[in-house]
Amino acid sequence: MYVIVAGAGKVGLNLTRELIGQGHEVTLIENRREQYLAAEQLLEHNVLYGDASEIWVLERAGIERADMVIAVTGDDEDNILICQVAKEKYGIDRIIARVNNPSNRAHFDLLNIKPVVSATELILRLLEHEVPHHNLVHLLDLEEEEIEIIEIRLGSKSTVVGRTVGELNTPDNTLVIAIIRDGRGVVPNASTVFEEGDDVLAVLDPDREEELKQIFTDA
Amino acid sequence: MFLLIVGCGRVGSSLARSMLDEGHTVSCLDEDPESHARLEVGLDTTWEEAGGQFTVGTALETKALEEAGIIHADAFVAATNGDNTNIVISQIAQRRYEVDTVIARILDPLRAEWYREQGLRTICPTKVAVEMLEDKLRGAAGSMQAEGGSGEAGPEASGSEAGEGS
Repeated sequence: MYVIVAGAGKVGLNLTRELIGQGHEVTLIENRREQYLAAEQLLEHNVLYGDASEIWVLERAGIERADMVIAVTGDDEDNILICQVAKEKYGIDRIIARVNNPSNRAHFDLLNIKPVVSATELILRLLEHEVPHHNLVHLLDLEEEEIEIIEIRLGSKSTVVGRTVGELNTPDNTLVIAIIRDGRGVVPNASTVFEEGDDVLAVLDPDREEELKQIFTDA
Repeated sequence: MFLLIVGCGRVGSSLARSMLDEGHTVSCLDEDPESHARLEVGLDTTWEEAGGQFTVGTALETKALEEAGIIHADAFVAATNGDNTNIVISQIAQRRYEVDTVIARILDPLRAEWYREQGLRTICPTKVAVEMLEDKLRGAAGSMQAEGGSGEAGPEASGSEAGEGS
């Protein structure tokens, strides 16, 4: 696979090295002179000096034959533009964009730039998983595919506590896949009984989230 | 007309003053509070007394755009010093806020051309400057030939109008 990576910060540099290690052909583009020189020391001819949001630079990197473009610069507007040009001008289906400031995420959505990766959001999500301040956490959202995995903490007032998985009348397109109890995950069967404090993992169609939440949370 | 100008540099501030002077409602947004001073160059009053608005904020933040009045804007000009910022915020103005007239200043001719093809109204000062210079140089070359290939470029080649660039 031929991959173009824009931005030789820590993310771009390590990503490029890993991809090369996996046997992919990669061109890393960087327009800050010092970062370029540092990257070139490490990755030699895989690094191109230039502004990846300039069309001629992308063409010099061989964007016409790229299978994937990954924009991980520190500027959200640059990442949006690079992906937009890759997708709409050169017809590259596979793009990944980095979101630096989570409040800019709406712009990526508006301009149909996806998937996106945001370290800040990931950390917030992990934090939420560790220290939930409300009882529903999104573990995985595949928007395009319309499927998600959520985690629900069962409170003392939850109506399902004391009942079995089999008794539960869950809506279509939802499935309880795991229960985390005392720090250990188990795959439940129909006779597994829900207990207070359980973290219930379910896979579902996002449209069903409200319904499922109603079933598991407080009466 | 309510005009929102994002980027209060030389271009943005001059445009803001002239449009205000022509009787339009003008609001400017810039992340640098100091850029406000540029709006008052040549004015006897403050920018606000003259009827203008000024908001400090980052162009990509929708809160700042809304504070600057994008919801009521009839026209939107993206004139920050970043091509990519201008391209992204113009598309936000167009698609999210459905502003009627959206114009982006894009210095890179290739990006300007491609985004123009995608339906964005773009102004490319680089292209305009190159064309003007080409005209002047052709004029100079023409007069040199007329004079038998000797002598200077002539006074018209140093051009007085060309000095009005951004």
